[in-house]
Amino acid sequence: MTELLQQLVNGLVSGSFYALLALGLSVIFGMLGVVNFAHGAFYMLGAVGAFVLLDTVGLSWWLALLVVPIVLGILGMAFERLLVARLVSLDPLYNFLLTFGIALILQDVVRLRYGVASQPYSRPALLDGSVDLGLFDYPKYQVFVFAFSVVVSVLVWLALTRTRVGVIVRASTERPELTRALGIDVRRWVTPVFGFGIALAGLAGVLAAPMRAVNANMGADIIIVIFAVVVIGGLGSVFGSVTAGYLVGMITAVGNLYVPAFSQSLVFVLMALVLLVRPAGLFGREEGVRT
Amino acid sequence: MIRFLAARPVLLVVGVVVAFGLPWWIYPPVALDIAAWALFAVALDLLLGYTGLLSFGHAAFWGASAYATGVIATETGMPFYVAVLGGAVVAAVIAVPIAFLSIRRTGIYFAMVTLAFAQLVYFVANQWRSLTGGENGLQGIPREAFGMDLADSFYFYYAAIPLILLGLFAAWRVVHSPFGRVMVAIRENPARARALGYPVDWYKVQVFVISAFLAGIAGGVYAIGHGFASLQEVYWTTSGKAVVMNILGGMGTLWGPVLGAGIIVVLEDYLATAGIDAVGVVTGAIFVVTVLVFRKGIWGTARHLLRSRTRTSRPTNEPTPSPTSEGDDARSVAAER
Repeated sequence: MTELLQQLVNGLVSGSFYALLALGLSVIFGMLGVVNFAHGAFYMLGAVGAFVLLDTVGLSWWLALLVVPIVLGILGMAFERLLVARLVSLDPLYNFLLTFGIALILQDVVRLRYGVASQPYSRPALLDGSVDLGLFDYPKYQVFVFAFSVVVSVLVWLALTRTRVGVIVRASTERPELTRALGIDVRRWVTPVFGFGIALAGLAGVLAAPMRAVNANMGADIIIVIFAVVVIGGLGSVFGSVTAGYLVGMITAVGNLYVPAFSQSLVFVLMALVLLVRPAGLFGREEGVRT
Repeated sequence: MIRFLAARPVLLVVGVVVAFGLPWWIYPPVALDIAAWALFAVALDLLLGYTGLLSFGHAAFWGASAYATGVIATETGMPFYVAVLGGAVVAAVIAVPIAFLSIRRTGIYFAMVTLAFAQLVYFVANQWRSLTGGENGLQGIPREAFGMDLADSFYFYYAAIPLILLGLFAAWRVVHSPFGRVMVAIRENPARARALGYPVDWYKVQVFVISAFLAGIAGGVYAIGHGFASLQEVYWTTSGKAVVMNILGGMGTLWGPVLGAGIIVVLEDYLATAGIDAVGVVTGAIFVVTVLVFRKGIWGTARHLLRSRTRTSRPTNEPTPSPTSEGDDARSVAAER
């Protein structure tokens, strides 16, 4: 029983990364109708960026947690302005292919510069050690990752539902024509929202640096899991993406306990089930689905 | 018009001459790679270019067949033709459930879902070590056919090319049949195709399985040619490579993917021999540039230029290649902007 609980907590921690990544992917999709294949690559850049900053200028993890997402967010905005924006009016598959190409380039450039060996990144001193969760001790850092991801997700949700900017973003997502007719410049919000989504990926990357292997390929496999997560949760649904992120994390972790060989496959089996029963995703809107 | 019609048999002759002359001009193993990848890319084009469904998971079928072909050839010692056909059947069988599930979504979701299912196949291949050899791959696949001496890749090329050409011919037959016209109708306007009484989903499943079968033949030939099958064969970069061949050559044409396959394979071979270890950067750059400025691909652009020169008045009945014309899912959202 303790073992199961421990796996569930593990699942919540790994689900934290899925949730943050799926959240960024969903926000970008909602605003632009673009599925960003390079999301995993930006997650990787977040972790590698934290490592490089520590290695070259000795920037602490706490500062990296602030600086790296901002830098990547700006990079993301430039990426949107220079490339993605050119294809937004066309079939969304073109942007899918464009961002796929960008992902290949980013991944290969990092591999050429730093190799495929994982770079070491130690936990910040403040979060070293473990805390007593009642039934078992648990690493402090992992608890922080979970709490942090929940706080970020809630803040994003509050920003979208309770602030003026959030209302504009949601309105532009759901009824772009009508929003424009009301005199709101939808176009103005596209680039910042894209940058914000990328910043979230970078944030997840910095959080991952002390926990996961930091290397050029770390974003390559996670992006496909994230795709499955957003299909399960319903792409474009912020709540659905985050919930599905934690859910997939927990299912994978529990699978680790009972069917270790197939734990990584479970997310795809779950996706198949969701497609059978609710093709729009658990929390997705039905409009996109044919019957 | 006349010039264009005359171009078709000429192209066919040129194509056959190139297919049979290739190992004289370039290193035979590379020639075989071109042939296998050409069939793989054309198989994907049936879905991507003609039916408007971007499958980003075709490595699953290429790779499943590579493993199955390898296992059949190693375990039974049957002629490699039988092994390759067996591998292709395995690929088609795996494609059936994936097709039924994937076609429940369209457009961008279809790409994501096929990608995810291919990753599932990848994990299964990785875990099923007794069959696939896990990370070591399946090694020492024999090249055996009726006692012929196929050790030299030059001779193996000629033994294998009929299979590839048959596969390409099958794709051509599918496209130029009433069935192929329905595929294009589904790409152009699925709602209308449905209104005309065509069971759209059933057609999609059939195209998907045919495409997987042909991809399986290509993957089987590739596995026999290399003598091994590895996890690389089922990895998503392999799916991406088949997609870039289509985009670069020109999807929705049959010659385009063949041309794209030739260019990509030769380019990768050049990079490898020149010691330039940056395949990802080059492939990624081809993706970015093609998608930004060259969406019809080389063949599509050439054909477009040729046609606009040779017949100015006739309205074009060749649809512009669009990866998907399904109006639902994300597209309708994007179109509103």
